[in-house]
Amino acid sequence: MKFEKKTRLSSEISTASMPDIIFMLLIFFMVTTVLREFSGLPVNLPKAVRIEKLKSKNHTSHIWVSKEGLVSIEDKLYKTEDIRHIMYERRAADPQLVVSLKADERSRMKLISGIHNELRKADALALNYATLMATN
Amino acid sequence: MAKKKRRFKGGEIQSSSMADIAFLLLIFFLVTTTIDMDKGLGIVLPAEGEQVEISKKNILNCLINSTGQVLLGDEPVKISDINRVIRQKLKANSKLIISVKSHEMTKYKDYIAVLDQLKMANATRISIAETQL
Repeated sequence: MKFEKKTRLSSEISTASMPDIIFMLLIFFMVTTVLREFSGLPVNLPKAVRIEKLKSKNHTSHIWVSKEGLVSIEDKLYKTEDIRHIMYERRAADPQLVVSLKADERSRMKLISGIHNELRKADALALNYATLMATN
Repeated sequence: MAKKKRRFKGGEIQSSSMADIAFLLLIFFLVTTTIDMDKGLGIVLPAEGEQVEISKKNILNCLINSTGQVLLGDEPVKISDINRVIRQKLKANSKLIISVKSHEMTKYKDYIAVLDQLKMANATRISIAETQL
């Protein structure tokens, strides 16, 4: 039995458009990734071992606390008593809100406890103490 | 003065390595953007005005003073030993609630260290009390 000869079309996939496809991907990732939204305050985060990752960036709200006792939310300084209003609005807009507290390791518990109380008043109860991974 | 004529041989730039360059850039962005994730110790605060009566034997007070010394129940404990002690106490009483109280001037670092130790001991019932003078 003889096989019939097929036409002499080349069966290779053209790779000429490969760079374009990859550039497309590259641009997609560049556009969709957010490097850093807010710069916050300069803090030295404490270190811990039992660390959990925050699920989603969209449902996270940051509070920065510096060692001098300054409180900042989205690059604006606030008094401790003002946190409840801001967080109440955020919490109303997004029930899944998790507050990430980026406090300096040298800040005092008086201020942290004040923030706890404000968050309780705002009904934003899911809290996460931002820490670094302890290396030892 | 006569200029020398140069012979021009093919002026195309090689584009076969373009894909590789683009791949490299792509991988660079992929790697650098996923590193910055939010990590930390999670906790759920009690709701405002929520008060639950708990019998005294199920509560373990964990006091932190302003110099970072810890009193667990009645005995002073080193921070690195909390893990072990709490594990033992949880074995004896699984309903145990650990109430963390700190002084106003306690450093946040010490507080996080204690909380980390409690998490390491798999303590799930942790209560954060208000600071005291």
